[in-house]
Amino acid sequence: MEPIVQYKDIHKSFGDTHVLKGINLDIRPSEKIAIIGPSGSGKTTIIRLLMTLEEPTDGDIIVDGTNLWKMEAGGDGKMKKANEKHLSKVRNEIGMVFQHFNLFPHKTILDNCVTPLVQVRKMSKKDAVELSRQMLDRVGLNDKYEAYPSHLSGGQKQRVAMARALVMKPKIMLFDEVTSALDPELVGEVLEVIRDLADNEDMAMVLVTHEMDFALEVADRVLFLDGGVIAESGTADEVINTSDNPRLQDFLRRFRDA
Amino acid sequence: MFDSALNILTYLSQGLWTTVSIFLTAALFSYIMAFIAGLSRMMKNPIIRGVTAFYVEVFRGTSLIVQLFWLYYAVPILFDIHLGSNWWVGVIAIALNYGAYMSEVVRTSILAVDKGQTEAAIALNLSPVQRMRHIILPQALRLMLPEFGNYSIQILKGTALVSLIGLTDILYYGDIYRSTNLSEGPLAYLMVLIMYFIIALPLIWLSKKGEKIARKGVAS
Repeated sequence: MEPIVQYKDIHKSFGDTHVLKGINLDIRPSEKIAIIGPSGSGKTTIIRLLMTLEEPTDGDIIVDGTNLWKMEAGGDGKMKKANEKHLSKVRNEIGMVFQHFNLFPHKTILDNCVTPLVQVRKMSKKDAVELSRQMLDRVGLNDKYEAYPSHLSGGQKQRVAMARALVMKPKIMLFDEVTSALDPELVGEVLEVIRDLADNEDMAMVLVTHEMDFALEVADRVLFLDGGVIAESGTADEVINTSDNPRLQDFLRRFRDA
Repeated sequence: MFDSALNILTYLSQGLWTTVSIFLTAALFSYIMAFIAGLSRMMKNPIIRGVTAFYVEVFRGTSLIVQLFWLYYAVPILFDIHLGSNWWVGVIAIALNYGAYMSEVVRTSILAVDKGQTEAAIALNLSPVQRMRHIILPQALRLMLPEFGNYSIQILKGTALVSLIGLTDILYYGDIYRSTNLSEGPLAYLMVLIMYFIIALPLIWLSKKGEKIARKGVAS
């Protein structure tokens, strides 16, 4: 099957820090990928580049056949930096859930979902409310439509954030350490929603996570990122049991001990 | 004593409408200037940014009374620009001056909204204008309220300067009263103070209210 996303020799530097040093990665439609690795290895940067929150220093990202960060300048086939309009077109296929939720605090949780549907998808208010309610029900927040984010627990906030991303029906959904900011007892309810999505949704999913057991359980493929490159890639079983990469073994051991 | 205080208040109230009308109009225009300049200074276009920065720094860096005299005495002669009545000159000078200050409040409040808000809005594919209008500005507005309240009170006090270009506001009538009743000078100016303070009371109340609103409901 044709990949829906391709990273081609992607480099990213922040100032003098060379974070990504040549990432090559194909994501197939409906594939569930987990990215693991030590902190500072560039896991989050990989998905932020796809969400257009960071611009790559070098290389190409192809989304559904379209170059994300570059567009044709004119008739001569030369490429120039993508403008907002181009980015916006590609962005339509991608959704993201953040570590710190980033809910809109001045809007009710229903309006958090309704606003992008009305503004971006040009949906009628009535349909947007209908769809948003369905999605909030799905993540278990059917009694909170009119609540403001500040009145929710961390777990509830993150579930709203997922509903808000889901109503936009992305083909690719990115999860950026979505349980890292949560109290331990709230992690389960968020993982439950992700598991439901992984089992029942057709979209591709990329999880950057420290929840190792969970990642290995839901992912079709696990990437081990180390030193700015993908050091290991394979099924959970391959990565854990057959890889002899000493850095990976060391990384996994530290998680088991913790 | 009480009688003459009341007497003075009645006399001063002849200037009440000039003070209040200049205050309200100048405040309105300075808010507008604040948003235009504050937003312009955040644009990508370097020319717009440069021109705005020049305006803001010049008007912040020079005194209101000199600006007032410039608009009233110098500009008509130098550039043959006539701003209409001296009422308008007063309004425009105050609006430009405080607009420059308040544009910085607009700009810093927008910058103070958590970056995650912009990122979430990008992830939902809102356009730059939609991001500003639906996500950033509503939150930045709450942050601006207390400072806008403070500056509004300052604008009210600043209107007293227009008596120097011949406008008949509260202070003007205070001066006139004193010059015809020299012995009552202190009482006259006390009444002027009281009158300004009474007009300021609702503004003080509003800016307190603004502070309360600012404290809740913003991601930071």
